Amino acid sequence: MIELFLTLAPDWALRHAAPLLVVIPMMCAPLCVFIPSGRIAWFISILASALSLFMALLLLAQVQTVPGGQISYELGGWEPPLGIEFAVDALNATILLLVAAFGVLAVVFSWPTVAAEVRAEKRAMFYGAYLVCFTGLAGVAITGDAFNMFVFLEISSIATYVLVALGASRDRRALPAAFNYLVMGTIGATFFVIGVGFLYAATGTLNMADIATRLPELEGSRTVQAAFAFIIVGLGLKAAMWPLHQWLPNAYAYSPSFVVVFLSATATKVALYALIRFLFTVFSPEFAFEGASFGMLFMPLGIAAMVVCSFQAVFQTDVRRTLAYSSVAQVGYMLLGLSLGTAIGLSAGLLHLVNHALMKGALFMAVAGVVLTYQGTTLRDFAGLGRSAPWTMTAFAIAALSLIGVPLTAGFQSKFALLVAVQDQGLWWAALLIVFASVLAVIYMGRIMEAVFFKPPHNPQKIHKEAPITILVPLWILALANLYFGIDASFPIGLADSAASAVLGGGS
Amino acid sequence: MTEFIIERANYWAIIALMMVGLYIIFASQNLIKRLVGLSIFQTSVFLFYITLSKIAGGSAPILYGRDYPKSYGDDHSAAPGYDAVLAAGEVGVKEVYSNPLPHVLILTAIVVGVSTLAVGLALVVRIRESYGTIEADEVRDIDMGVAAAEEDEDAAQRASA
Repeated sequence: MIELFLTLAPDWALRHAAPLLVVIPMMCAPLCVFIPSGRIAWFISILASALSLFMALLLLAQVQTVPGGQISYELGGWEPPLGIEFAVDALNATILLLVAAFGVLAVVFSWPTVAAEVRAEKRAMFYGAYLVCFTGLAGVAITGDAFNMFVFLEISSIATYVLVALGASRDRRALPAAFNYLVMGTIGATFFVIGVGFLYAATGTLNMADIATRLPELEGSRTVQAAFAFIIVGLGLKAAMWPLHQWLPNAYAYSPSFVVVFLSATATKVALYALIRFLFTVFSPEFAFEGASFGMLFMPLGIAAMVVCSFQAVFQTDVRRTLAYSSVAQVGYMLLGLSLGTAIGLSAGLLHLVNHALMKGALFMAVAGVVLTYQGTTLRDFAGLGRSAPWTMTAFAIAALSLIGVPLTAGFQSKFALLVAVQDQGLWWAALLIVFASVLAVIYMGRIMEAVFFKPPHNPQKIHKEAPITILVPLWILALANLYFGIDASFPIGLADSAASAVLGGGS
Repeated sequence: MTEFIIERANYWAIIALMMVGLYIIFASQNLIKRLVGLSIFQTSVFLFYITLSKIAGGSAPILYGRDYPKSYGDDHSAAPGYDAVLAAGEVGVKEVYSNPLPHVLILTAIVVGVSTLAVGLALVVRIRESYGTIEADEVRDIDMGVAAAEEDEDAAQRASA
């Protein structure tokens, strides 16, 4: 199947898949701005995202067949480490596939919500900003150069601030939310770039693989330790690592529906990927100070995120805020997985990363359908929707069960893998806390489900109706994926395992 | 000890600027002042990179003096720059140069900083339009007030129903 796919693909695509993945959306973004019609910009965005998805699939297939599992592309023909390199291995390829697949699903789903939430003259530019954001995220995931990663991180972030602020036409609180996100995000990116500066000062190179080969000689160097601290804080801010997550709930609650679907599935995931890349490939867990940071920093923070943010989610009256706090809690699960420093721990964290994108994507899409037909996101707006919008709400329920971690859903697979990984290290109390946080998830998702299925409509005069078909199709694709990967998880587990072994094997 | 401090005056200046910037971001309620703080913070990082690349006695990284290739001629048709030095059988350069790479990186970072500032200022304009203020605490108070009023309205509706 993989061989057939590779033989069918044209030669130029095979050779240049890595840069094309980033360049196609980048070139289409200004095209969207020049086109006055939002609908045509929508088609261009679908086309660009779909082409990127094709390139991501090609890269994944190549990574799986190439001996060594590594693809390196020299930009402009300049050899690394002097030139900028696009380096793809099993970890990147998985993240790229995730970003591109969600790009396609989110953009297909987007038109009705964008038409309802964004003013007509801004729609084309809105899609332009989305494509820039997509470019940035794909760039972060694909690049092998530390400073290049900063540039892509900022490309995606600046586009994200704009996209979040466009929620102002529905709720003006989007503006201060976007401003706070801008301030926090810029502090994070600047911390990252300070860290990269220290690394450059210590090693004299910016290529991540090259830094990795030179760091072991510098064991114990203060400069390297300072670099590590700055990079962790910077990327932690971008990845919404507790307690650096304060920008996230407001940004998710007030941004346009399409933006929150896309961001919840990709943005924090890509930042988390960057964190994993630096923790395991550039630095190595064998350094004493990094080994200490796993047990002393990431594990407590991950567990605190799981418990505290699940608690906070219980007390929200706005469904989107509940889901946003739940996202921070889920980032905690992933951090816990990677903080174990073992192959199964990292693999469980990555599996949860992929599955979380599946379930949060579906949940936010369902909420977007409600926003579109009912204009409200509070818990009471959801009352009685189970009867008037059964298709939307059934998909919502499937994704909610997956978020809780009910058997036969994707969420169960990753939480179970995490439990096994934690047990493997003998951390029974951490395993108990995972189960406890899942019980909290039962409470906060249960409150919403109770309102949806068992309460009478809050305001019977308002029209309840089903979301349009362009929303339902991507929503059900995701919901069914949640079920399918809950029953047969061999595909995502295979991806996560090979990614984890690529990362851990490459370091030593 | 004093020597140690004075020798690193450039780093102290960078740290001072960085702290000033961060302090403004967190202490000021005025959104424009926060952006000013953010810019000062970023500028300190630009200076950090530039100071890294400076080598005592180093000049701008353009081949000169003993490194100037004899084969250049007047028409400058020979292979340019460092390649020419290597081609002439020389290994390495004899003069001292500053490292050009951080300068180039910071050019990019400045562009990023300017775009962030532009987006930030545009957001402040929009906040001023819809809230009538650019003080973060006043914006928060307005939001809280609106939310409280909505809740009261809901409670009143429920009481009447």
